[in-house]
Amino acid sequence: MTTRIVELRRGILKKNDELAAGLRQRYTAAGVLVLNLVSSPGTGKTAFLEWTLRELRARGSRVAALVGDLETDNDARRLAASGAPVRQINTHGICHLEAEMVGKHLEGWELGALDYLFIENVGNLVCPSSYDLGERIRVALLSVTEGEDKPLKYPTLFNSADAAVITKMDIAGPCGFDRETALRNINEIRPGIRILETSAKTGAGMEEWLDYLGEERVKRGAS
Amino acid sequence: MHELSIVSSIVESVIETLEAYPGARVKEVRLRVGALASVVEDSLQFCYGIATENTPLQGSALVVTLLPVVMYCAPCGHCVELEGVQSFRCPRCGELLGDLRQGRELEIESIEIDEADATNDVEVNP
Repeated sequence: MTTRIVELRRGILKKNDELAAGLRQRYTAAGVLVLNLVSSPGTGKTAFLEWTLRELRARGSRVAALVGDLETDNDARRLAASGAPVRQINTHGICHLEAEMVGKHLEGWELGALDYLFIENVGNLVCPSSYDLGERIRVALLSVTEGEDKPLKYPTLFNSADAAVITKMDIAGPCGFDRETALRNINEIRPGIRILETSAKTGAGMEEWLDYLGEERVKRGAS
Repeated sequence: MHELSIVSSIVESVIETLEAYPGARVKEVRLRVGALASVVEDSLQFCYGIATENTPLQGSALVVTLLPVVMYCAPCGHCVELEGVQSFRCPRCGELLGDLRQGRELEIESIEIDEADATNDVEVNP
């Protein structure tokens, strides 16, 4: 027997990274801006996305969504009410979406016919941060009910995000939400990140979100 | 808690590498894991035992090297190591930093194997 050390220097998630890179190329070629929405369960991703799909469609944008959950197609049914094409991805126990699942669920969709594709990840602030889905923009969402220190507790996710959205601002008062501390904590983990303060219920801050999406389409050459 | 998926990818990767070393047994698998990789070493170790059962990796050790976050600080003009992941400020000048140079690694650095000898030893029965 001979002992030997074999150098690998190989990314453990290489397979996912390669699939994600392939997806990113497809999205870019098709001119569709793809966003990956990540938060804890209950932050209000689906309500936020319902408003977004409905309003973007009303303004003439072509939108679609993929939504990840362990089980049920409840969220897909909610989102489909906007009239946009929506597909549910059931992960059956897996705590995050992977590039392969996204690729499979895009089959048959004409990406070139879309302006925006939203991917609502499984509610989880840990695991989705390791899995690239080929998105251009990763959005970390945080609701006013969750505590201002969420970014400090889950720095990996917030540090990998391109934008942070605070949801449920309409109940910030009753929740005793300390806005200044929340903004400071987000900025401490991801300096300079774009922060949007929103309420999908009242529509507050949502116009700014749509403006942000429009700006990003122009900036990233997707328009 | 996606450590089992990660460990399964490790096993898959190592088995693929072993194709070039027929009959080899794995003694050790060495990982490099960044502070921002969102994996917990204890969970990795626990899952590793399960995922390597009945594979050429069974009984091998998983050695994890944890890497701190390293950021480039423009005002200081060099890279700085962060003590934790609670604040992305330069420990020297206090500037908030966005230019990450190390900390998201999640890779297999190397494996140590016992190779079957290449000589054509023939067992001779008297």
